[in-house]
Amino acid sequence: MGDFSNQPGRLRPAPENFLSHEQVKAVGAGRRDFLRKSFLAAGAAMAAPLAARASEGDPDILNLPSWTTTLGQPVAVNPYGMPSKYESQLVRRESPGLTRVGGASVSFCPLQGLFGIITPSGLHFERHHQGWQDVDPARHRLMINGSDPAFLKKPKVYTMDELMRLPSVSRIHFIECGANTGLEWGNVAVPTVQYTHGMLSCSEFTGVPLKLLLEDCGVDYKKARYVLAEGADGSSMTRTIPMEMVESGEVFVAYGQNGEMLRPENGYPLRLVVPGVQGVSWVKWLRRIEVGDKPWATKDEAVHYIDLMPDGLHRQYTSIQECKSVITTPSGGQTLLTPGFYNVSGLAWSGRGRIKQVDVSFDGGINWQTARIEGPVQNKALTRFNIGWVWDGKPAILQSRAIDETGYVQPTYGQLRKVRGTKSIYHNNAIQSWKVVESGEVTNVQVL
Amino acid sequence: MSRFSKSVLVLALAAASSTAFAFDNYKGIGRDAKPAEVAAWDIDVRPDFKGLPKGSGNVERGQELFEEKCASCHGSFGESNEVFTPLIGGTTAEDIKNGRVGGFVKGDIPQRTTFTKVATISTVWDYIYRAMPWTAPKSLKPDDVYAILAYFLNLAEIVPGDFTLSDRNIAEVQAKMPNRNGMTTDHGMWPGAPAKKGGIGNGGIPDVKNVACMKNCKPEALIGSTLPEYARTAHGELADQNRSFGPVRGTRTLGPEAAKKAADASTLDLATKSGCMACHGMKNKIVGPGYNEIVARYQGQPDAEARLVAKVKAGGQGTWGSVPMPPNAHVKDEDVVTLVKWILNGSK
Repeated sequence: MGDFSNQPGRLRPAPENFLSHEQVKAVGAGRRDFLRKSFLAAGAAMAAPLAARASEGDPDILNLPSWTTTLGQPVAVNPYGMPSKYESQLVRRESPGLTRVGGASVSFCPLQGLFGIITPSGLHFERHHQGWQDVDPARHRLMINGSDPAFLKKPKVYTMDELMRLPSVSRIHFIECGANTGLEWGNVAVPTVQYTHGMLSCSEFTGVPLKLLLEDCGVDYKKARYVLAEGADGSSMTRTIPMEMVESGEVFVAYGQNGEMLRPENGYPLRLVVPGVQGVSWVKWLRRIEVGDKPWATKDEAVHYIDLMPDGLHRQYTSIQECKSVITTPSGGQTLLTPGFYNVSGLAWSGRGRIKQVDVSFDGGINWQTARIEGPVQNKALTRFNIGWVWDGKPAILQSRAIDETGYVQPTYGQLRKVRGTKSIYHNNAIQSWKVVESGEVTNVQVL
Repeated sequence: MSRFSKSVLVLALAAASSTAFAFDNYKGIGRDAKPAEVAAWDIDVRPDFKGLPKGSGNVERGQELFEEKCASCHGSFGESNEVFTPLIGGTTAEDIKNGRVGGFVKGDIPQRTTFTKVATISTVWDYIYRAMPWTAPKSLKPDDVYAILAYFLNLAEIVPGDFTLSDRNIAEVQAKMPNRNGMTTDHGMWPGAPAKKGGIGNGGIPDVKNVACMKNCKPEALIGSTLPEYARTAHGELADQNRSFGPVRGTRTLGPEAAKKAADASTLDLATKSGCMACHGMKNKIVGPGYNEIVARYQGQPDAEARLVAKVKAGGQGTWGSVPMPPNAHVKDEDVVTLVKWILNGSK
């Protein structure tokens, strides 16, 4: 708690105490320059006390702030609006030492400060394999062909103009890197939810079902059971997708993200959306789709994104992101201000469908209460949960446990490691624990 | 009725999300891909070598190419862990015989390299051709790729030094890959048809199970791991990674003093990396003067920083004796300024 309880704006029962001794002195010494400036700007005619005495109430109420007493800025000062200058601390960040080359690295989404289920496009996590490109949409092409002429009658080329004339769908889906939480397989390694779970984002994507395009090219579903997706960047990353997912209509080529075009870091102007499947399959800067009769064993399904098991075998083609959840507020690296009421809030998701239930524990998993889910619950999308909690100032361990519509229950670390060991790197969906101590500091711990 | 229009009919009768697309064609959208266009982009190579261009290259040529185009990142022998994880190493003659990397079986592998993991040489061929070298992807010709791969295979002791790899013998080499039997698809995480229906895996059956117990689920909450102290500060000042208002604050992990210490520690690191510490001690002369001596000499001189920056960059001789200080053109200008400020501030 410490100094937090004495900050301005946090009115305590005795009003004269809401400023710390030092802060009262600072105001008395005229160090609130913004107050002086604003009064000057408003003109000398403005009759107001230079600084109200703290004992009369909150100076932020008694002394009208500049934004209340001056003319605001006109429209279109920022033709593309930006967040408030007070929000500069919530940004994508790298994890020091994780990678050595920025072009083959990750930046993590600041989940600790986000609300609801939609990730602001500028905060969407990044994972690039050979740097990101800002592709000219007028020169971008999508080619569809077959490994064999028998698989697809008419190999075709589409421009962005043409793709954007076709019937579109708009759907909200989460995207999670297969290596999300991978740093934590063996033990606690990183301090905050940004680094434990921040390779996770959720957007409304708009685009054209791949099924429509394949049928426009005359695909033969009997022969072509696999799809290869390929990027237009230097890495020209490739991944194998099962045709069953394409036939279901859920895989689509997306150009829209949260109402605007995709961001360059997220694949502008075209990326694949493969709901429920790890992010590496959502090929960015998508230039080509090939249909075939066998999987390809590409670099990212034969060297990376393979899960090492205790028997020394690597699992290949692990793609589904299984049911998982995490409490984002309060979470590791945060400090609770005072004992009392808190809205405990978090995210749940499943690559197998909708979230059915989220339970929260405050005693490290001995007892559980069912949290309130914010609806409508979307298929293979982030789902926000909330639950009230009165912190009594004593130690606590917060956990969340998600259950999806298939009945699958998110496992504990003990259960996960018993089957998969600790060296898998990928697909860690264990229950996350946050320990709260008397000072209010929240830290990352693992409960077995 | 053609197969195509049949599928449209099926679509039209199926789920609501599909009915919107019940057109029999999308007139005016897309055009036929020309064979040369398909050839330009369709460069993928499968494990059965479908898509592999004809060609060949030997170990000697591969070593030349690798030294020229690849070694700066990967090390001359593909062993470097400086920029990327190593390509070669960690496999034995026994592994080549068994097709299983012993380090994985025994669980004592010190470092996973590309050749300890990859089961299919087609994967490596495909990747080098499409994405390497790092800064000039797709600049290698097929023969170059064969040569570089021959060099890899020789380094991994899979082929002899006089070997020539080609489209004709690559399948035989694949049958010698040290981890060729090290992959499994027996899992429930493939979102398509299961193996028994021609697909992959077990049809989505999860391998880990939990039950949703609600009350008195266990006698106690056993903490197996906590955040190590070094990890608490390794990600910088957490207070600055959260809002300065709202229900919680970011925990102050560094504080002003610790933040300065961390910054200084990184400057010492910079001084070491830049080669300064080879000749200068913090408090003692080595070849050149100690930093404490520099501070003593320049203290109070208003232009000290600018003069020292110039000296570090251009080098000098005479101020401290006859041993010259070499020019330091390899150190970035902003780093020189950081280092000089740090030295003048007592390098603590």
